[in-house]
Amino acid sequence: MFGFLFSLLIIFAASISADPLEDQKLFRKHYQRLFPKLTLKDYADGIYAIDDDSRESWQIIEEFPPYELAIEAGENWFNQAFANGNHYSDCLPNKGIAISHLYPRWDKTQGKVITLALALNQCRQKNGEAPLPYKKGKIAEILAYLAFTSRGNLIGIKIPDSDTRALDAYQQGKQYYYQRRGQLNFSCAICHVQNAGKFIRSERLSPSLGHTSGWPTYRLKWGEIGTLHRRFIGCHKQIRAKIPKPQSDNLRNLEYFLSFMSNGIPINGPSTRK
Amino acid sequence: MIETRRKFLKKFISTTVYFSTLTSGVFYSISAKAAWPSAYFRENSYRKTLKELFGDQKLIETSDIQLKLPKIAENGAVVPVIITSKLENTETITILADKNPVPLIAQFNFADTAIAYVSARIKMAETSNVVVIAKAGDNYYFKKRKVKVTIGGCGG
Amino acid sequence: MSSIKIRIKQLKNDITQVRALIAHPMETGYKKDEKGNKIPAHYIQELTVKHNDKVITNSIMGSGISRNPYFAFKFKGGKSGDKITISWVDNLGFTASEKKHIK
Repeated sequence: MFGFLFSLLIIFAASISADPLEDQKLFRKHYQRLFPKLTLKDYADGIYAIDDDSRESWQIIEEFPPYELAIEAGENWFNQAFANGNHYSDCLPNKGIAISHLYPRWDKTQGKVITLALALNQCRQKNGEAPLPYKKGKIAEILAYLAFTSRGNLIGIKIPDSDTRALDAYQQGKQYYYQRRGQLNFSCAICHVQNAGKFIRSERLSPSLGHTSGWPTYRLKWGEIGTLHRRFIGCHKQIRAKIPKPQSDNLRNLEYFLSFMSNGIPINGPSTRK
Repeated sequence: MIETRRKFLKKFISTTVYFSTLTSGVFYSISAKAAWPSAYFRENSYRKTLKELFGDQKLIETSDIQLKLPKIAENGAVVPVIITSKLENTETITILADKNPVPLIAQFNFADTAIAYVSARIKMAETSNVVVIAKAGDNYYFKKRKVKVTIGGCGG
Repeated sequence: MSSIKIRIKQLKNDITQVRALIAHPMETGYKKDEKGNKIPAHYIQELTVKHNDKVITNSIMGSGISRNPYFAFKFKGGKSGDKITISWVDNLGFTASEKKHIK
């Protein structure tokens, strides 16, 4: 009963709090109550941090995981020059190496949240190349390589005080997260906050804490590597809600919120999931 | 990586070693003449597939085949399986899933210097038994394990 | 870029472990694409592992092996510098081969 009330408090607090750090604290407190044995770092493993049955199978696959092929492919794509001779590394801080944990980031000039996927396509367009589709294929492979170079780095998302629009974007992402939608009238929070660890049909619901740490992901269901936004869209389909476009404002702000909640958790992408 | 037509490979492998050519058709020998035995891999019942593979051979249940499999398969598309045969002179390990539309998944032949061990990732259509059959000496032994395959709910 | 990734580890008792991750769709032929057309069956049928010139395992398989197949095998007598070769042939006649030396 106390747990239920506490979850309601989170959801209520979400609508009145204007302090991201306070949100973060409450968010973590909630999961700490649900899963007292877990450390912050454990949440990088997603559902496998709390489900022993599936953890074993996952660990066996992790010994030589299918995403290794994607990392290798991604490294090749990343190092390939554009037609004009420039490279992705010219557009990205630190030449793109070990930066995944710092995305999404607020871009003052563009006045919006930039995800790493968007940054890659903006780089392409700046150099006269057509943008890549956002859900799978090349972009997912490049993201796999970049995540791999960033592995172990702690997620470190910033909401700069100097630009109030950044906080607005964060708040929009948070609102999106807690808002009910679709025929099933679910919000992200209902499954991944309130009912994290519980079963919906035969699936165990993962906690949102750490949700952004393992991307891109080789989902066994997909039989290939796919992006976070692909998964967001899949979730919308499952709750029979209007399908957002990948890298749309809503989804980028959602990613901004979720990533900030997961600050301090190590990146362990790319990952394998069911 | 070389991707070439079959003719090239046939020339390449015609110099490799034969394992055995029993007329029962259990063994598969690699040579320019050998064709992949499509009869084994037909959509068929489990019983009929066993008959195709092993004829009337008696299959002896054994604890000397070690099977590592998850109790519940997260996703039937990728089920990790680790097999070790402790039986002396294991020459072949055959893996089947008794409710797959094509029950035979793979058959591995081992040379004398190979250990009777294989790890693989297999597809399972539904909750069913993974059956492993080892040929050791003149006998055929089996071990089976039921694996639950869940249909995805929200993650499905 | 190789479509066959090989990892070799020397274990105790003179045992060498060979692990392979292979890029291959292993299509069953049952699935349909977005337009409703059947995706044709495309899967590895034969897999061969060689230690120097000797075949240590050869296998036949069907589409019941998972997409992007993984296999692990073990054998005796592998020495530093020896060559491991893994090759496959699929139902459409495509082949691939990759080799790696034991460290």
